[in-house]
Amino acid sequence: MIDEFIVNALIAGVLVAAIAGPLGCFMVWRKMAYFGDTISHSALMGVALGIAFDSENPIIMIATCSAVAIMLLFLQRDRRFSSDTLLGILAHGTLSIGMIVISMMDHFRTDMMYYLVGDILAISERNIYTIAGVVGITAVCLFFIWRDLLSLTVHEDLAHTEGVKVSRIKIIYMLLIAFLVAVALKVIGVLLITALMIIPAAAARTISKTPLQMIMFSSIGGIAAVISGIAASSQWDVPTGPAIVLCATLLFLIGRFNIFKKA
Amino acid sequence: MGDNTSPLLRLENVCKSYHKNLVLENISFTVNRGETVTLIGPNGAGKSTLMKISLGILEASSGEVHRDKSISIGYMPQKVMIDEVLPLSVRDFLYLRPKTSYDDVAKALETVRLTRLADQPVQSASGGEMQRILLARAILGKPDLLVLDEPVQGIDIMGQQEIYGLIAKIRDETGCGVLMISHDLHLVMASTNQVLCLNRHICCSGSPEFVQRNPEYHAMMGRPMEGMAIYTHNHGLEHDHEYHHGHDHD
Repeated sequence: MIDEFIVNALIAGVLVAAIAGPLGCFMVWRKMAYFGDTISHSALMGVALGIAFDSENPIIMIATCSAVAIMLLFLQRDRRFSSDTLLGILAHGTLSIGMIVISMMDHFRTDMMYYLVGDILAISERNIYTIAGVVGITAVCLFFIWRDLLSLTVHEDLAHTEGVKVSRIKIIYMLLIAFLVAVALKVIGVLLITALMIIPAAAARTISKTPLQMIMFSSIGGIAAVISGIAASSQWDVPTGPAIVLCATLLFLIGRFNIFKKA
Repeated sequence: MGDNTSPLLRLENVCKSYHKNLVLENISFTVNRGETVTLIGPNGAGKSTLMKISLGILEASSGEVHRDKSISIGYMPQKVMIDEVLPLSVRDFLYLRPKTSYDDVAKALETVRLTRLADQPVQSASGGEMQRILLARAILGKPDLLVLDEPVQGIDIMGQQEIYGLIAKIRDETGCGVLMISHDLHLVMASTNQVLCLNRHICCSGSPEFVQRNPEYHAMMGRPMEGMAIYTHNHGLEHDHEYHHGHDHD
């Protein structure tokens, strides 16, 4: 008999991992891992605003993350600042806002640790519905844009000439990440959500021959990491988020060093 | 497909400036079906910028760009570096072109004679092979207009001849228009109808023979006339070839 909170954790984790890997593949291909970090740091501002408005509505988080993504697109128009500089500014700017807002609320004392590494064992049934909704929408959107997104990842001008709506696809992709980060925060936390996107994608690279294979394997690898991470966490009573990330890292190392390859 | 007689591309008094710096001044030209227009000019002359404006990738600061909306365009960008982190075969790279089938891809690879590379990672292609792969991508989707940014970059002299020959053959077979950038007037003479010498503005333009005799061209390229003689001597063989096929455009 498995406890209900473990079942909830498994469902939420598997849902998030199933789509985090594919989104992470594009992040790896587009060399924008830091973008995931920025969005997740800004999610902490979303947490703070949620507390300030005394609301648990996921819309606040989604709106905050999306606003930061759009802000980035706007700032990128000035070519004097490279993307990674802008990402650093936004990441730490929003993080600081979040921490100041939280510190100003005297009645609120909570362990920040939950937001940093997630609190997957406290996932409620309502959380699962929200996550399932967002993951479903993300999967559908990604299904429709993935070829265009891949094309512009390879070469933007070429994609543009061939009729791909480059800016539109880029905005959609960034918003998909913002949505996912917003709902995944409770599952894996600010510090580790990027890991769940990047590491399964990198692990998948070691065994993939086509982009589609890499997308599929990253999804499978992410799910495997979540299941084994939760199992390890309940077995040895270690924090769940880090356990999941560690399992993903093991997968990457196995792939990277061909540990199971026959001689 | 648009009207068969109207120009595929027409630029009128196009200017482009970056931070109040004028990089292109009053550029006007047209590209018609079945015709090759070659842009030639020194580094920093604005050739690639002009190409991107023609394609709608960049906006002109002033002037007009008329591009028939119904035509299909094949573009060959200057440099394409694909990171190793993306597992992509040559076939899948070509298949990225929207509305293509794997059959079309196979035919395009055959045209550029790279069928043997189809399953190889696109990153493993050499410089010259990559140029031919890009050409294959450009001719997928049966373009009405081919826009080629230095199609022979990084290719040895024999390979250059081959690529230019291939482009002319595709143009003659499909009747598409070609707009391309080249460094070398001699190599493209045989297959070009019109040459535009660009150095922020159009210094001179006309048939390749006319441009070759034009002092503006030599001044622009920074080569003295007599220097050309040595250069010509080196590739004397190719000249026989050129005269047989020379288009007279005057």
